[in-house]
Amino acid sequence: MMDIIIIGSGPAGVSAALYARRAGADVAVVSRGSGALAKAEKIENYYGLAEPLTGAELEANGIAGAKRLGVNFVEGEVVGLAMNEDFTGLVVQTPKEAFEAKAVVLAAGSTRLAPRIPGLKELEGKGVSYCAICDAFFYRNKTVAVLGGGEYALHEAEILLPHAAKVMLFTNGKEPAVKIPDTIEVHKEKVTAVESENEGGMERVSGLRMEDGTITLINGLFVALGTAGSVDFARKIGAAVDNNRVVADKDMATNVPGLYAAGDCTGGLLQVVKAAYEGAVAGLAAAKYVRNQK
Amino acid sequence: MAVTVLDKDNFKHEVLKADKPVLVDFWATWCGPCRMMAPVVEKIAEEHPELKVCKVDIDENPELAQLFNVMSIPTLAAFKDGQLIGTAVGYQPKENVLKLFA
Repeated sequence: MMDIIIIGSGPAGVSAALYARRAGADVAVVSRGSGALAKAEKIENYYGLAEPLTGAELEANGIAGAKRLGVNFVEGEVVGLAMNEDFTGLVVQTPKEAFEAKAVVLAAGSTRLAPRIPGLKELEGKGVSYCAICDAFFYRNKTVAVLGGGEYALHEAEILLPHAAKVMLFTNGKEPAVKIPDTIEVHKEKVTAVESENEGGMERVSGLRMEDGTITLINGLFVALGTAGSVDFARKIGAAVDNNRVVADKDMATNVPGLYAAGDCTGGLLQVVKAAYEGAVAGLAAAKYVRNQK
Repeated sequence: MAVTVLDKDNFKHEVLKADKPVLVDFWATWCGPCRMMAPVVEKIAEEHPELKVCKVDIDENPELAQLFNVMSIPTLAAFKDGQLIGTAVGYQPKENVLKLFA
């Protein structure tokens, strides 16, 4: 088992890696590549920059510095986060591999809010779910849909396959970003509403209304849009989320033992300086947590 | 007070005929967020004697989950005078759970 895995290679993740590494922990950063920082055209409000740098340059410098100090970087899109079987560590899942660590820092940026599809929010817990591993049980021999079209959606669909009678993927107007196996039916049309039925005063999901007005009948809808973000991982593992932000204390610890969060995902200023600070705190706290486990 | 474990035989008596408001935690062993919810629910049971706090293992009692339209876990359900007055889905801090009774 590794000491610490950091999800995300932006300023929060890399700062966490630096501080944890310097505190003596084995650290790996898992990320799918560039995040919000790389999109910034010019950074000139960060300490120590005599001349402005592009976000991409600053990010590349950060990663190079961390590599020089012995931080491992693994390329891969994280699609799942869970506790291990005996609850002694956390498991970070990519499409190809699962990594186990004593502590994890969530630094995968902020998540876009789910699209405003009528019914999506209202029917949460009544057939709309954000966690296949938690709720697959309820759909034995039923028809379920996954909303999304990338690795994350495929991962959720694959968790549902052994339970459900039928799993469909709704990409909501986009081409799937990954190859979808034949066992999963793909629908590319836009979804305009989540329909429900009311049986004896109890409302539950009954179908998806498509752009052309037709309704595809389903029993449940799992939301897995784009790439999974820090908030998605927090929800799956049971870390407190408030207003689409991961809740962390002054040590950047969440309520899940060994799980820390830093950067844009905790809300507040969406700035490099704040991400770097929180990353440093999270990295140190995670390293201390790991030391105390030994 | 301790958390009361519910099944299909005692549910009616413990929840629907209770003489005080009841919190029911629908959970399962394989669900990570449920594991995090458990200590919060236990704490509420300790600190709020005005509530009766119960839990249902949905794996052992799927019919109870169905009866109350539970399709995601953890689901926290609040009952008053035998009526379901509110639910919350996913891990919730203590304050959010108590708000169900407000």
